[in-house]
Formats: sequence, C-alpha cells, structure tokens
Amino acid sequence: MPTATYAGKNVAVNDEGFFENPDEWTEEMAPEIARASGIDELTEQHWRVLKFMRTEYAEKGTGPTVRVLGKTSGVSVKELYELFPKGPAKTAAKIAGIPKPRGCI
Amino acid sequence: MVERIVVLGGGTGGTLAANRLRRVLDDRVQIVVVDQDDSHVYQPGLLFVPFGLARLDEIIRPRQRQLRRGIDYRQAAIERVDLETERVWLGDGTALEYDVLVVATGSTLVAEETEGLLGPGWLEKVFTFYTPEGAAGLHDAFTWFDGGRLVVNVVDMPIKCPVAPLEFCFLADWYFQELGIRDRVGITYVTPLDGAFTKPVASATLAGLLEEKGVELVTEFNTGEVDGPGGRLVSYDGREVGFDLAVVVPLHSGAAYVGRSPGLGDELNFVPTDEHTLQSKARQNVFVIGDAANLPVSKAGSVTHFEGEILVENIRRFLSGKPLDGSYDGHANCFIESGFHKALLIDFNYETEPLPGHFPTSVGLPLLKESRLNHLGKLMFQSFYWHRLLPGRDIPGVGSAMPDRGKHREPSRS
Ligand SMILES: Cc1cc2nc3c(=O)[nH]c(=O)nc-3n(C[C@H](O)[C@H](O)[C@H](O)COP(=O)(O)OP(=O)(O)OC[C@H]3O[C@@H](n4cnc5c(N)ncnc54)[C@H](O)[C@@H]3O)c2cc1C
Repeated sequence: MPTATYAGKNVAVNDEGFFENPDEWTEEMAPEIARASGIDELTEQHWRVLKFMRTEYAEKGTGPTVRVLGKTSGVSVKELYELFPKGPAKTAAKIAGIPKPRGCI
Repeated sequence: MVERIVVLGGGTGGTLAANRLRRVLDDRVQIVVVDQDDSHVYQPGLLFVPFGLARLDEIIRPRQRQLRRGIDYRQAAIERVDLETERVWLGDGTALEYDVLVVATGSTLVAEETEGLLGPGWLEKVFTFYTPEGAAGLHDAFTWFDGGRLVVNVVDMPIKCPVAPLEFCFLADWYFQELGIRDRVGITYVTPLDGAFTKPVASATLAGLLEEKGVELVTEFNTGEVDGPGGRLVSYDGREVGFDLAVVVPLHSGAAYVGRSPGLGDELNFVPTDEHTLQSKARQNVFVIGDAANLPVSKAGSVTHFEGEILVENIRRFLSGKPLDGSYDGHANCFIESGFHKALLIDFNYETEPLPGHFPTSVGLPLLKESRLNHLGKLMFQSFYWHRLLPGRDIPGVGSAMPDRGKHREPSRS
C-alpha cells in the first residue's frame, strides 16, 4: 500500500492519494496536502468546507457530493469551485483526509 | 381490526406494490394508492418519441385501471407526511391515517436548479426527453434540425435510467444516418462522470461504442450554466461546450413533499432506506420502493420490479410481527438500445458490476454485447411492463436475485 508523509508523519493512502484511515489525519497535515493539490493557502472558507466534510464523513461514512455540499455546507457550488477548482468534492475530501466520496450509480 | 396501508405514488413502484400486496393480504387490510394525476407514463418509451419511434398516446394510460379490484385510488397532491401521528396530509386539506406507509413517489426533475436551463432557448433549442412535453418538443425540433452540433448532457447524478442518455446518442446517430445528413451533424456526449458509465467494464464497452459511432465524449464536466441564446454549456470550472441543439437531463431530487415531512428524507429529498429489507431508516412501519429510495442502485423500472417481491414479503412479515427478510441484492437489468435494430443488455447488483456473458444462463441473451435479440427484448419490455410488471407477476426463470450462472467473471481484454 502506498504511503505519504505529511507534517512529518507517514500515513497510508490509496493510488489516488486519498487517506485509507481518516484517524491518521491531523489539521497540521492539511496545508501540505492542499499545496500538493494546487491550493497554496487554506482560507477560513476552505476550513469551513474541510470541517464540514469531516463531520459528514463521521456521521454518514462517506463524504458528500458537490451537489449535497452546495445545499448543506453554507457555501454555494459556484464558490466551492472557486475554492477547489479541480473539483470540490474530491479535492476537499483529499485535504480533509477522508476517502474518495462514493460516486453515484 | 382493519389495518390500512397507504401507498404514496401510483407509478411503477406504487402500482406493482399495491397489486402484489392486494394478492397476498386478506380484506382486513385496506390498501389506498395516492397520486397527483391520472397519466401513467411508460417512461422507457420517452426515449423513442423524439425519433418518431413511439407516440405519447401509445405510452400513456390511466392510473387507476392498472390497479387490481379492492384497491382504493385517491387522486390528490401529497402535502406532507407526519411520522409522529402516522398521517399523510393531502392538498385538499384532508388526512389519511396509515398503519403501514409505502413511499413510491419516485424522483422529480429540478431543472430550475441549473442556471439558465429554463431560461431563453428552453424548448426552442434546449430540450430534455425526460418529460412527455420535452420528448414531444424534441420530436418537433428534429423536423427542422438539418445539421449542426447536437449536445447530450447529464447535469449530475443520480438520474433515472443512467444509460438512457447514451441510448439517445446511439439512436441520434442512426436517425441522422437514415436521414442522410449524419456528416452534417456533430454529436457530443457531455457527462460529469470520468467515463461513459459508472461501472468500469461497462464504461469501457460503452465508450468504445460511442467512438465507433462517431460520438465525441466529454467527461468530468459539471454543468454550471446553460446559455441558450449563446448556444453553450459552461462548467463550474470554466470549460465550454458549444451547441446548436442541446438535450439536457436535468438534476433529479426526491419529491418535494419529502422535504416538508420532518425526519423522512435526506438533503436531496430521497428517503434513507435499508439496502436489503427496503424498510425506511425513519420508522419501522415506513417502507420504500423505486426511485424514491436513496439506495446505491440505478433508478430503474427493473430495479423497482425486483424490489417488489421483497418489499411485499417484508410488509407481510411486519404486519404479523415476524423478523424481516434481508434478501434484496441490488439487482438491476437494463437493455441499452444502440440503433440499427440492435441493443445491449447489462445485468448487475450491489456486489457485481455488469459483466459479459449471457442472461439468465449461458444459453440466454448476450450480455454487454450488441445483438438483435436484445433489441427485441427491449421492445417486448413495453408489453411486459403493462401486463406482468405492473400487475405484479413474476417472470418465469428470472427471480429477484441476480443470476450468476451465465456471467464471465474474467472479462476478456480487447
Ligand atoms: C427517459 C427514461 C427512460 C427510461 N428507461 C428505462 C428503461 O429502459 N428501463 C428501466 O428499467 N427503467 C427506465 N426508466 C426508469 C423508470 O421509468 C423509473 O425508474 C421507474 O418508473 C421508477 O418507478 P417509481 O415508482 O419509483 O417512480 P414513478 O414511476 O416515476 O412514480 C412516481 C409517482 O409519484 C407521483 N408523485 C410524486 N410526487 C407526488 C405528490 N407530491 N403527490 C402525489 N403524487 C406524487 C408521480 O405522479 C408518479 O406517478 C426510464 C426513465 C426515463 C425518464
């Protein structure tokens, strides 16, 4: 299994870089993962989304889709794309240390 | 004591559930079906309307006539469900009390959630074939469309029958070839997914088929805006796809009343449901069938049909205080019309993605492969729908559980 080093710690990730075990994630790791995903600075709005992702994951066992994020996080879909241009649901999940959101069928 | 089952929705799932329940329960159980209108649409037929291969009057029938004797039908809009007092409030201000509730109100198109989709150009050069009006409008549009860019776009998942937009592309290719103007029509399929379909093996096969038919594939495109007058789709990340005629599958949600019923639904108004028993997560006496459920299955009539048997068995068990049967396996079965009198068939469930082989056994219909036999299967599905599926009869040889015998576990690589 591949690993990555964030904030000086080794963590297990999958082929695409998503955390295998969300418990290994700490807030200090987020800025480094963000930079690797092309986001230089995490603003307060970014953090709002990241925290929301973590809570949703803890409650439901999967990260929300963009559409659900837009309806429930208090950040519109448009702004979500400004914050995470390469795709909010996936990028935010990666930075928040949770598995890739399960797609729809 | 008389008990009452209220079935919300008289479409595919509500009708087949009520008919099956009526057969297995005695007269002490009253069954009431509620729907807002009297037009039962055979929705798979909508795909064929734009191409003149079906007419609306051939695919719409009255609702009540599809229900067995001994089932009450109530035509009214559902306002909300009160889970506490076990009542359904209707648009006319009256309420229906229930002992068991079946939610079968399907999914609703929410085109208004996409910027510009219903703006200038709607039903002029921007259409959908997911509604009777849209499909008929598209049929008219095809009479004047004599060349240019035809774009077929899925805004986001989930949608009903996720293969239907692909089938639309295949049929459009055939249609414009027959007309002799295929060289003047560019067809582009624009999807939010990272491939042609959600499941890897089928996705590769279907992408190959698109290529073979000269349909361009644009992936990971999340439509943020439809600009009718300017003739472009704009994605949230700023990409653009130009069109002369756009066929858009709008966002889907659960029915709006679900959102007005505290505790019943999720953010998108779908109803959280146990994957195997079809009991809702909200209350033990609330069951869910069809598109209304939040299950990780395709929103399809075949899924609804396979769920029917288990749903009815579990309501019977619930009424007699027995433990529920957790045997629904996520079985789905879809014909994919590919034009030129041919079709593919896919068969899958929660665990098994669509694989090549034959259905239901090794001497049956070819899976994940174009054939004339599958096309005949798709055509026969309409008569099957009215005469077997809705009345709640089983198909000989095809049970609810996904058959495994004809499937090739290791797909050959090409
Ligand atoms: C273009 C197209 C092609 C398709 N092709 C296929 C195919 O080839 N194969 C396949 O298996 N499936 C196909 N499907 C999908 C299939 O039609 C649906 O999955 C199926 O009909 C779902 O059944 P349901 O009972 O959940 O919902 P529906 O049959 O849609 O019934 C829901 C009912 O609830 C009623 N309702 C909703 N809200 C309210 C309210 N507030 N008050 C009162 N009544 C209400 C509605 O009027 C409706 O009658 C297709 C769908 C479309 C649109």
